[in-house]
Amino acid sequence: MKASRGAQVAAGIVIALLVWLVAYPVLLVMRDAIAGPGGWTLGYVRAFLARPNEWQAFWGSLWISGATVALSALIGVPLAFLFSRFEFPGRRVLGALVALPVALPPLVGVVAFLFLYGETGFAAHLYDAITGSPMAPWRLEGPWAILLVQAYSMYVYFYLLTRAALERLEGSAAEAAASLGASRWRTLTRVTLPLLRPALTGAALLTFTTALASFSAPYIFGGGFRVLPTQILATRLNGDYALAMVETVALTLPALVALALSTRGGPDASARGGKGAAPARAIGGRTGVAVSVLGWGLALFLLLPHATLVLLSFVPVATWTTQPLPPVYSVANYVTLAHDPTRVLPLVNSLWMAVVATVASVLIAIAAGVLVVRRRVRGRGTIETLLAAPWAVPGTVFALALATAFSVHEPWAARMVLVGTVWILPLAYLIRDLPVTSRPVLTGFRQLDPTLDEAAAALGAGRWTTWRRVALPLLRPAIAAGAALAFVTALGDFVTSILLYTYDTRPMSLEILSSLRDGDIGVAAVFGVVLMLASATVFLLGSERAATR
Amino acid sequence: MPYLSLESLTKSFGDVRAVDRLSLDLDRGRILALLGPSGSGKTTTLRLLGGFEAPDAGRIVVDGDDVTRLPPQRRRFGMVFQHYALFPHLDVGRNVAFGLETLGIRGAELERKVGAALALVDLDGLARRRVDQLSGGQQQRVALARALAPEPRVLLLDEPLSNLDPTLRERTRRELRGVISRVGITTVLVTHDQEDAFDLGDRVAVLRGGQLEQVGTPDQLYAEPASPFVAGFVGRSSRLDAMLEESGADRVFVRIGKVRLTLPGPRPPQPPGPVVLVARPEAWRMVEPGPGDLHGPVIARRFTGALAFFTVQVADGVIVEVAAEPAAAQVGDQVGLLPHDRGIHLFRGDAR
Repeated sequence: MKASRGAQVAAGIVIALLVWLVAYPVLLVMRDAIAGPGGWTLGYVRAFLARPNEWQAFWGSLWISGATVALSALIGVPLAFLFSRFEFPGRRVLGALVALPVALPPLVGVVAFLFLYGETGFAAHLYDAITGSPMAPWRLEGPWAILLVQAYSMYVYFYLLTRAALERLEGSAAEAAASLGASRWRTLTRVTLPLLRPALTGAALLTFTTALASFSAPYIFGGGFRVLPTQILATRLNGDYALAMVETVALTLPALVALALSTRGGPDASARGGKGAAPARAIGGRTGVAVSVLGWGLALFLLLPHATLVLLSFVPVATWTTQPLPPVYSVANYVTLAHDPTRVLPLVNSLWMAVVATVASVLIAIAAGVLVVRRRVRGRGTIETLLAAPWAVPGTVFALALATAFSVHEPWAARMVLVGTVWILPLAYLIRDLPVTSRPVLTGFRQLDPTLDEAAAALGAGRWTTWRRVALPLLRPAIAAGAALAFVTALGDFVTSILLYTYDTRPMSLEILSSLRDGDIGVAAVFGVVLMLASATVFLLGSERAATR
Repeated sequence: MPYLSLESLTKSFGDVRAVDRLSLDLDRGRILALLGPSGSGKTTTLRLLGGFEAPDAGRIVVDGDDVTRLPPQRRRFGMVFQHYALFPHLDVGRNVAFGLETLGIRGAELERKVGAALALVDLDGLARRRVDQLSGGQQQRVALARALAPEPRVLLLDEPLSNLDPTLRERTRRELRGVISRVGITTVLVTHDQEDAFDLGDRVAVLRGGQLEQVGTPDQLYAEPASPFVAGFVGRSSRLDAMLEESGADRVFVRIGKVRLTLPGPRPPQPPGPVVLVARPEAWRMVEPGPGDLHGPVIARRFTGALAFFTVQVADGVIVEVAAEPAAAQVGDQVGLLPHDRGIHLFRGDAR
């Protein structure tokens, strides 16, 4: 079916909008990296290459991202096997809980980690109580701290993708290997793992790009260790714009290379029919107890930082000094917060900005779904690419690109001053939300059976009635999932906010940061808890909706 | 001495007895078909044989060797799965080589055996093909070659033909039969399809609710069903409630409603009382309706070529299916039915 003229015009508008939002600012950054006052120049690139600091940051980014992938896989893959292959009490609840860190804003995870393992955190207090030495022998700083914190939240990618793949895996493949005489080990290495390869590659890529763009952990724990996302901020604050642009390009390239490499996957093992996955096995006796203990132990260990955050939100300011556990608990922090308008403001800001970004990105995603999937307009590939692009581009890069594009008033170049206004953050959130919203929504559109439209039409329903009574109800779970992810992403954003916020529009994440700087741990914890609860609730509701279709 | 013995196998899942004290014997080189409706325990039996489930009680003995507690890896039983379970990341040749490699076979020997296994199922030259590029029938043959390549002691087939469309099904069945007899391997197969069971099985075991209902050659099952269930599950039949009035040496008198019917032919003596009468469609002769026969209108006629099947309503809610010449009657005709001396079986009234 050829797309109608109206649909084609609408597609043109959507493409123009996306180009303006997604591609244009990044292209401006790239231009600024090679454009000097006197024409095109490679001077800034040379300056970048000549500075050892820049190289350090570049290699630092690369190796810490690679190491994060390895460590995340080491945690996430065995965890997935444990929770999908063995039955033990509490398996379902714990299995869902250990996936939660993926829905939590990175900054919240970082802060929680700090409260637990930092120099003045729980672990240090316990050490003090046991050994009597007030100085903990470790410092949560430098590359190892970054690595730990990142692996601690990003293992979830490996966990979720491996578990999903294991559940799709036909149980009889392993049985076939067994009946052909293969030992457990041989079945694992020769059959199961190769079949998991697409999932593992996907998880590795996702972890790598996320780690590469990761800003919160290096910013808070980095110390003297340089990575590109924090380096960009520092360079920019020093006023060296052109160099910051080159750094931005340098950060984008590995992400794009990784993305290109990953698309050359092997055969997809998931598309096999069959009687379904091997069911989780219940194990009795001593091994069974060991498996239960292992599952519970790992889950509790992985959720400990977040529990710490909740606990600390109930500890009033300056009541916890040298005791192993805080001596006083009250809701004082929550009360303080609720009664101080200047401290409630960030909460209000975050909420309305997240709502605006979510609504806008859902509308764009639905428009894209109609045009790309149902009307099959020309340029649909372009629309999809533009929607997915912000996923591959680190948040720092986008923030910088927006700061560049919308800091001058040049209406003929489609540029205007938005930086410093209330609109820049919702706009930034919207761009970050586009891929997370459009992916589930487009998938939802693709799963709609086109014959349903024809059936509705044959029953006399007009196009609008069909859309409202048939398509939209069927799409609701996908839209709910997309909206939930978008809301969570925007609500917890830190990376783009730190570059673009103004005092009046400061979001919760920045309030957490400034509370930390003031030593106001209780308030920081309260904000962390609020973010955590809001994200977890919305995320669970969204995935619940998606599951009940 | 049988080659393969199942001795009183029992397996429960929760409260459900999936397999209940099942005993079966099979001679070397013969094919046993496990036939039954879904939930009859046939697949569980096969999985017990394969070692994928452990029985609660009972033994499995192969060639004098008790394998009940052996894991699948050490049983040397080949299995063809219902959906084939081919390894999608390996090509056809690597799939077939998989079991040989676990035996430590390498190099030229490996290539030779893979080639031989593929030749056996008529797939020479497809070794480097990806498995998802094969048709359903070809995938089934690869699965068969893969299972046979390590020269297992017993071959297990789980619904081997259920994934094929009807036209392919009959040809594949013939080829399967050919391969099994050429290899001469002792085979157990599971099916819910009577035609598959009759065509492939030297012996057929009918299962029901986890228990063995009857085992025998296809001819025996058809001609001498041990229960109304077997008579109903194997072949077509009609079922009538009747009263056995008198049992003689070469004839039996039964009453169906108001009609007293004489069933000719020798049959074991039975005490008078309520019985279930199960009749094959070819057990009846169509006659002009009279007082000494079952009679009623023809309410449906199904034409199949050489024969037609007539549905005759002999009383309210009681219908009998009769096979006869296509021209024997029309829908609406009043016909009478008299029994031949074969094809009618009597079971005790409480039998099921």
